[in-house]
Amino acid sequence: MTPEITIAILMTVVGASTPILLAALGELVVEKSGVLNLGLEGMMLIGAVAAFAVAATTGSAWLGALVAMLAGAAAALIFGVLTLTLTANQVATGLALTIFGVGVSSLVGAPFVGMTVEGLGTLFPESLADDAWGRILFGHNPLAYVSLLAVVLVVWFLNRSRAGLILRAVGESDEAAHSIGYSVIGVRYLAVLFGGAMAGLAGSCYSLVLTPLWADQLTAGRGWIALALVVFASWRPWRLFLGAYLFGGVMTLELHAKAAGLSLLEPEFLAMLPYLATIAVLTIISLRRSGARAGAPACLAKPFRASA
Amino acid sequence: MRARLEARREPSRAMRLATPPLAVLLTMVAGAVVFQIMGFDGPAAIHQIFIVPVIDPSHWPDLGVKAAPLIIIAVGLAIGFRANVWNIGAEGQYVFGALAATGVALATWEMEGVWILPAMCLAGLAGGMLYAAVPAFLKTRVGVNEILTSLMLTYVAIQLLYYLMRGPWKDPEGFNFPQSRLFTDWQTLPMVMEDSYIHLGVPISVLIALAVWIVMGRTIVGFEVRLAGLAPAAARHGGFNAKRTVWLCLLAGGGLAGLAGTFEAAGPYGQMVPQFPVGYGFTAIIVAFLGRLHALGIILAGLVLAVSYVGGELAQTAAGLPHAATGMFQAMMLFFLLAVDILVRYRLRFGRPAAAEGSA
Repeated sequence: MTPEITIAILMTVVGASTPILLAALGELVVEKSGVLNLGLEGMMLIGAVAAFAVAATTGSAWLGALVAMLAGAAAALIFGVLTLTLTANQVATGLALTIFGVGVSSLVGAPFVGMTVEGLGTLFPESLADDAWGRILFGHNPLAYVSLLAVVLVVWFLNRSRAGLILRAVGESDEAAHSIGYSVIGVRYLAVLFGGAMAGLAGSCYSLVLTPLWADQLTAGRGWIALALVVFASWRPWRLFLGAYLFGGVMTLELHAKAAGLSLLEPEFLAMLPYLATIAVLTIISLRRSGARAGAPACLAKPFRASA
Repeated sequence: MRARLEARREPSRAMRLATPPLAVLLTMVAGAVVFQIMGFDGPAAIHQIFIVPVIDPSHWPDLGVKAAPLIIIAVGLAIGFRANVWNIGAEGQYVFGALAATGVALATWEMEGVWILPAMCLAGLAGGMLYAAVPAFLKTRVGVNEILTSLMLTYVAIQLLYYLMRGPWKDPEGFNFPQSRLFTDWQTLPMVMEDSYIHLGVPISVLIALAVWIVMGRTIVGFEVRLAGLAPAAARHGGFNAKRTVWLCLLAGGGLAGLAGTFEAAGPYGQMVPQFPVGYGFTAIIVAFLGRLHALGIILAGLVLAVSYVGGELAQTAAGLPHAATGMFQAMMLFFLLAVDILVRYRLRFGRPAAAEGSA
């Protein structure tokens, strides 16, 4: 393997890992607060289409990414009202949100199918990325740096900040947090909105970075892989980071095989790999630990309604 | 005076029956508003989607054909949902079952006999069960969440379909189009009536729902599943094996989804094509909830969702509504149902709380 190919592979792995890392980080915070939002895929699709529509009409990809976050948060708000205020079943509501996101994104995206936009490009000027190390350090899309920064911030928030401590308390023991005066529902709303904004941003990664071309169901189930990633990471942000890059590697195998002219597997079987790898990884971690729920917040998916 | 919610002692039975129609009504109102905002004639679009297919008898056969797969898949899923087994990969089981049936069809293509169609149905049933057995095995043996595994397998099944259509199962006389041979007369479902396109799968779907209703309400197996959902601890004490319940739910859901796929392939399609997965497995989740996870309710809910499919197509030609509007609309129905369901567990009260409920 020549250095050029190695660098090219590294670049595509970063590209593929970024959106699932962003989405999974958001979901990790949501789950830490005791809420399970299975609507990740739907929120990502809504973010993806919002980003594309805004970028296509205004010409500004950055504005697209910002609107994607707002759109993801708005979709998450629907989930919040249903599950937190109206105490609906979180699993059913999350599924509904995904079905809704698929519908909304293909409805809003219908006029844009096949169109292309100017994507986000790279963050640093190209003069910085003209040799090998320059490319590895400075040649990525802006959201890749955002996602790495987000890992550090989430680690700091959960482990070092007072607000993060309250969030974890709400997720581990809602009754206790409520009895010492914290607003369980309020904290969970904020977490759910954050998760939605992150999922929206992750979605924008597909329409503004990876394929600046609109097609239906652009995220192709990556939201579900991000959900699996949270379980894989046992709700720890650093492991999430490793997991996202592991999955990013598996997801780009298809590309690399094509580039290297390998035809060991039919393309459809290569396309199956990320999904099969997810199942395999979930199985392995479940075998190794006493059940996959080790590390899961105690109140995960349990509805809460303040008594009196 | 403020409105507030007061917990009911017991979930209201009347509300359980009233909230699904209320959700459909709210969806119609909200849909009209949304379509109006999007620049369409909202009320006219709703009229096309919800009213025309119901009042115009020429659309009734189509309603039956669309409702059949939804009903079959949803009654299977509802068994699991009642026991808190969340199989959301019915779409994959539907595809895999249909592929198994197609395999039998291609192997028997030059043969004749009335046994061929039942053999295809058995293969479809077995294929769906086999595909659902993977999440069941991983859940009961290793403890892997069935939501993620069943869903991941859906994407795998669709890729498998693409591969088979492009490669080994491509029609050798099909001008290189990626689709299978046309099934023979022995391999397609007969029509119920002459000159109509209601195939045998439509009445069978109702019979299946009735059978599931009896099994769930009148047998010990049905009791086991319902108890596992309502009171898992009691089910364990009662000697029911929790793992057996998981297997039961997933095999029933997968088998029925596979059978629905077989009926679709051997019915309306008459062959296997890459466009086969149209999301019935996901829409059936909405059908199951809208039907209150009850077999008879699911027949009605299946018809309601069939109306939205048929009406959605009508609105495309009449009001210029995009095809994707149907999916958003169907999801809104589930949102509204989940929202108004709070009335089942809580009572809307106005004014000050009664003195008796001061204690926390």
